[in-house]
Amino acid sequence: MTPYLAKPVPPTQDKRWKLVDATIRKQGQQARGLIETLHTVQEAFGYLDEQALRYVAMSLRVPLSRAYGVATFYHFFTLKPAGEHTCVICMGTACYIKGAPLLLDAVQRELGIVPGETTADKKVSLLTARCLGSCGLAPAVVYDQQVAGKVGAQEIHEHMGKWMQP
Amino acid sequence: MMTEDLDQIAETERAAQSRFGQCVRVCVAAGCLSCQSQEVKTALDEEVKRRGAGDLCQVKGVGCMGLCSEGPLVSTSTGALYKKVEASDSAAILDSFSGPTASHLTCRTDVPFFQRQRKIVLENSGVIDPERIEEYIATDGYTALIKALTEMNPREVIEQVTRSGLRGRGGAGYPTGLKWSTVSKSVGTQKYVICNADEGDPGAFMDRSVLESDPHRVLEGMLIAAFAVGASEGYIYVRAEYPLAIKRLRTAIRQAERVGLLGTGICGTRFNFRVDLRLGAGAFVCGEETALIASIEGKRGTPRPRPPYPAMEGLFGEPTLINNVETYANIAPIIRNGGDWYAEIGTEKSKGTKVFALAGRVANTGLVEVPMGISLREMVFEIGGGIPEGRKFKAVQTGGPSGGCLPPECLDMPVDYESLARAGSIMGSGGMIVMDESSCMVDVAKYFMDFCMTESCGKCIPCRVGTYQMHRILTAISTMTATQQDIKMLEELCDLLKHTSLCGLGQSAPNPVVSTLRSFADEYRAHIEERRCPAGVCGAQRAGGAA
Repeated sequence: MTPYLAKPVPPTQDKRWKLVDATIRKQGQQARGLIETLHTVQEAFGYLDEQALRYVAMSLRVPLSRAYGVATFYHFFTLKPAGEHTCVICMGTACYIKGAPLLLDAVQRELGIVPGETTADKKVSLLTARCLGSCGLAPAVVYDQQVAGKVGAQEIHEHMGKWMQP
Repeated sequence: MMTEDLDQIAETERAAQSRFGQCVRVCVAAGCLSCQSQEVKTALDEEVKRRGAGDLCQVKGVGCMGLCSEGPLVSTSTGALYKKVEASDSAAILDSFSGPTASHLTCRTDVPFFQRQRKIVLENSGVIDPERIEEYIATDGYTALIKALTEMNPREVIEQVTRSGLRGRGGAGYPTGLKWSTVSKSVGTQKYVICNADEGDPGAFMDRSVLESDPHRVLEGMLIAAFAVGASEGYIYVRAEYPLAIKRLRTAIRQAERVGLLGTGICGTRFNFRVDLRLGAGAFVCGEETALIASIEGKRGTPRPRPPYPAMEGLFGEPTLINNVETYANIAPIIRNGGDWYAEIGTEKSKGTKVFALAGRVANTGLVEVPMGISLREMVFEIGGGIPEGRKFKAVQTGGPSGGCLPPECLDMPVDYESLARAGSIMGSGGMIVMDESSCMVDVAKYFMDFCMTESCGKCIPCRVGTYQMHRILTAISTMTATQQDIKMLEELCDLLKHTSLCGLGQSAPNPVVSTLRSFADEYRAHIEERRCPAGVCGAQRAGGAA
């Protein structure tokens, strides 16, 4: 076997790479497994950094440009680590007409960041969602994986206050 | 797995169920779970144990019961339905078996919301435990598959689906039987069956509910489809944003493999089928079939020109059948009861029932299944219970970003593929969002254009640049800086996108604008000529849409 085809070595000793390797094996080290593998990396590490993209691209034998292209095409993938807490505001149609923009406005003002950003102290990341499918409970917000329905400005304010405490 | 084995499982399960005199069902679909229905179930379990009634009373988690806005919902085998249940209510609910109903929690079921529905796709939702294949089998599950495999040939299966008049439930409404027949006639070494569960329309959650409430129904539909078209491999492309649906699908696949309903030599025949999940990664355009295929192949989800259609050259260049979740969920009852039975429901050209996600400014929000041809008025004012807080109805939006806003004049129109298209909207996947006078239609059009602009994959110029330009004009209108000239330009762009975009996303992106320009021209006029927003939405300092 030529060195080029040799299996690349994980970037670090971190045990989570074993999970990534398992997915790569399950996909038969084929290019078609790219999205599945990136899902595994993001699940394990929380985001996709350059060394992860390089490692996945090498392992699946796809150009780095393609791995980067896929990682940036899909909204679900993020190249930056998230803060300690994440607040996702649903911007689906039902939530939109029931006042989600007002909630978003309030949180933006309170945290001083726009969606996709994390506060300077790395406490809170703010995100928006296309639709959570919780339209019956609009407007919906996800606080750290916990979906909350019929959210009001006061409630979201209290939540942010709790998270932002030093 | 043979027919007898299936009967055996069904009988054992039915016997086990009948040993319980009482049954309490707790909704554990995503809507009620986010209202802490898991705590309610745990509390009920503990209360049953405390009373030593474990042999008498069964507490089980079930799928969506429909009225999501009143969750958590709990139903009992005596026929009572309870709403907004809390963990502390468990004693009262168990007491209701021997005494009066827990009246402060009672949710009336003799109202149009429940009475006007006809459940085919959702017949098991809210009744069976979606995490147990035995319960699905006990309610005639997989009998349609066995019937197809042992009593019918692929041609006869397609014949029944064609006779049923079923049309694709993903939005476009292409006749399902015709699609199946094309794939079955295509020549290829390996055919594929794909389930499109990339429910991207904001304001739609039908597919999610079906997958969370009755995943085996979808698997059975896929199996029958695979048998009919001659495929042996399948993929379910599901949104990564639906973790619970993914979990239940994984469980369902594992269970079906265990009892031999997936794998090789199914039911002692030569039919083989295996199915795998592929997670979407948040790209609306992947609902388009060629983009979805690219995504399963591990690429960026960009569409390609058709023909060749996926039925000829699809996944990995092989003939591929792609249908939506709800389409597959309709298959088993059609095979079980015959295509003619299904064709009796609905209108002349739109057969059967349709599941809608009713949301927005309406009293009852949730999931409903109604026969095609029901009027919008019945949907909004009877099933939906009308507009709350005494406000006035303004519009109902169907079809998501590809659909349109229907004004009050359309209320008596029947809900079917043709009527909706004539009125400038589309059936779409089933999102139905009601708006009252507090919504500004220019703002709504801008919201959808923002969506299409952000979700445009960038491959073709009309969509990539056109959505941006249209959004710019709509922003100008909503900030009261537009002129009549802009409206003309907007209309031209609508026409351009519709006729020159590569895929459905760009072609239908103008729909919300076209339909609001047509029905709510006076609102646009007020923004431009009088520099005011009649609904008082525009101009206020706030973020426009999702960033």
